[in-house]
Amino acid sequence: MTGGGTALALDGIAVRFGAVVALDGVSFTVRPGAICGLIGPNGSGKTTLFNCISGFYRPQRGTIALDGQPIIGLGRHRMAALGIGRTFQNLALFRSMTVRDNILVGAHPQGRSGLLASAFALPGPRREEAASRRRLTEVLDLLDLAGVADAPVTALPFGTAKRVEIARALIGQPRLLLLDEPACGLNHAEVAALEALLRHIRAHLSLTILLVEHHMALVMRLCEHVVALASGRCIADGTPAEVQNSPEVVRAYLGTPARDARAA
Amino acid sequence: MNARRTALWLFGAALLVAPAFLMSGYRLFQLTSMAVYAVAILGLDIVTGYTGQVSLGHGAFYAIGAYTGAILMTQFGWPYWATLPAGGAAAALVGYAVGFPALRLTGPYLALVTYALAVAVPQILRARALESWTGGAQGIVVTAPDPPAFLPLSQDAYLYLFTLAVAALLFLLARNMLSGRQLRAMIAVRDHALAAEAAGIDIARVKTRAFAVSAGITGVAGALGAIVVQFVAPDSFAATLSIALFVGLVVGGSASLPGALAGAAFVQFVPNLAETVNKSAPGVIYGVLLVAALYLMPSGVAGALRRTLPARLRTSTSPGKATPLPNKGATIHVD
Ligand SMILES: Nc1ncnc2c1ncn2[C@@H]1O[C@H](COP(=O)(O)OP(=O)(O)OP(=O)(O)O)[C@@H](O)[C@H]1O
Ligand SMILES: [Mg+2]
Repeated sequence: MTGGGTALALDGIAVRFGAVVALDGVSFTVRPGAICGLIGPNGSGKTTLFNCISGFYRPQRGTIALDGQPIIGLGRHRMAALGIGRTFQNLALFRSMTVRDNILVGAHPQGRSGLLASAFALPGPRREEAASRRRLTEVLDLLDLAGVADAPVTALPFGTAKRVEIARALIGQPRLLLLDEPACGLNHAEVAALEALLRHIRAHLSLTILLVEHHMALVMRLCEHVVALASGRCIADGTPAEVQNSPEVVRAYLGTPARDARAA
Repeated sequence: MNARRTALWLFGAALLVAPAFLMSGYRLFQLTSMAVYAVAILGLDIVTGYTGQVSLGHGAFYAIGAYTGAILMTQFGWPYWATLPAGGAAAALVGYAVGFPALRLTGPYLALVTYALAVAVPQILRARALESWTGGAQGIVVTAPDPPAFLPLSQDAYLYLFTLAVAALLFLLARNMLSGRQLRAMIAVRDHALAAEAAGIDIARVKTRAFAVSAGITGVAGALGAIVVQFVAPDSFAATLSIALFVGLVVGGSASLPGALAGAAFVQFVPNLAETVNKSAPGVIYGVLLVAALYLMPSGVAGALRRTLPARLRTSTSPGKATPLPNKGATIHVD
């Protein structure tokens, strides 16, 4: 299952929380450079899968490989350095920091200097800081955040705050970007802007995106590959059209809350 | 640095040095003691203010620094100045060790466990088995250093200036350390641990190191305190010391270097003030003043200053100035 031609390979991932089976043998692979959509009704295990890939949960069974390298059990904080960036379904920003500092936290793995080097004002930390700030400028421009760089994040409108999270993930220069419902709560114009951003990232940065979304129209327009989960199982895996027309997917979505039925 | 800032700094330095020549005796001692508290609270601030791990036991690290210094001076003949790094190192080691179990504890649980440390240390210091080192309940008397021959200063003035210099050095090192990547990592751990981990921050490493550095600085303050007070005894390091340091941190304003100074002033002077207001119930007056301070300045003296000072003087890991938020719709311009 693991190997050269895949950015991400999941094989037989199983996660149980007590009696709840959140994931029940999920396997699929994602091509390098793809935007892969991950859909499924509420509680189908999408976020749980993200938490496995980013090391927050350790699956009871199964393997996960990033560019052919197994990553399970390596420790949560090492995932960013390995090239996995993520956003959270519920905003997870550092409340007492400005936009600029929030994003700069994402550059942490690219530095190596310690407390003492900083205390004695050695050149190492200063060099690292300069490098981080150069990348910061690029990311601020890419996400149109330069105008609010010095604002405290608590003062931001929701849509802007979500962009800060994406910026924080991008400044770490990930190979794999995990986006958990980035369009949730955005207005029409913001969703269009998000779509343009993701297209831009695909065109100009070499990274793979795994996109969890309930906004079906967006998924169908953007992704070349869609995986559908239901009750912790993979029920469809293919092109957007194939997945949308799969009888199992149609059945999984029937009778679920209206926000899941926003199909294109 | 422009001329105005240089002038401001020189003025501040002169203001701090002046008491050595204008005051003497108990008055000057109080200022010296306040500088020692400022260093102790600075240490506490790193772990509690910046990294968000509440410690109600920093008096223990202070005591470890003080006893290490006193023992080295009296039993090993170390010069007084050399005991400061030693006291700091001893406290930092213990702090590092405490940092590991602390990883599993949060909020009130961590506060209580560190408080237990504060309660235990004076009893350990009184223990029979350690008496040949610690002097038991009697403690250890330390002789105060004489000013170097080339300085025409009284002993009190010299002690004040020496303490001031050590405090200034530690505040400078702390200011450097609490900047850029290190500062962001600490605050990230405090604000949102999961997001910090996802961003590649090793929480365990940040927390244990913060504990070590924090305890180390408070340990230096302890060693300094032993020299200044010329005496260490278990009763000087009762759990109330830990509480006093915590009160100083909160009243001064956590996660702020000037806040540590303001907190030290509160810890040093408010109990005396309470005593002069009402001799029979100073505790009540102290409590009232404490509540008043917290009511008027809910985020401490530092928080109150931050709201009144111009934005460009505020601390941030970035030198940029805070701009008001443009109230435009969210649009992403791509290509
Ligand atoms: N930490 C946890 N403890 C216990 N149960 C959990 C935990 N996390 C998730 N679950 C359960 O696992 C199942 C999958 O949850 P998950 O959050 O992965 O779903 P999801 O597909 O992301 O749903 P949504 O679309 O609502 O975000 C649910 O039944 C949920 O209640
Ligand atoms: Mg979810």
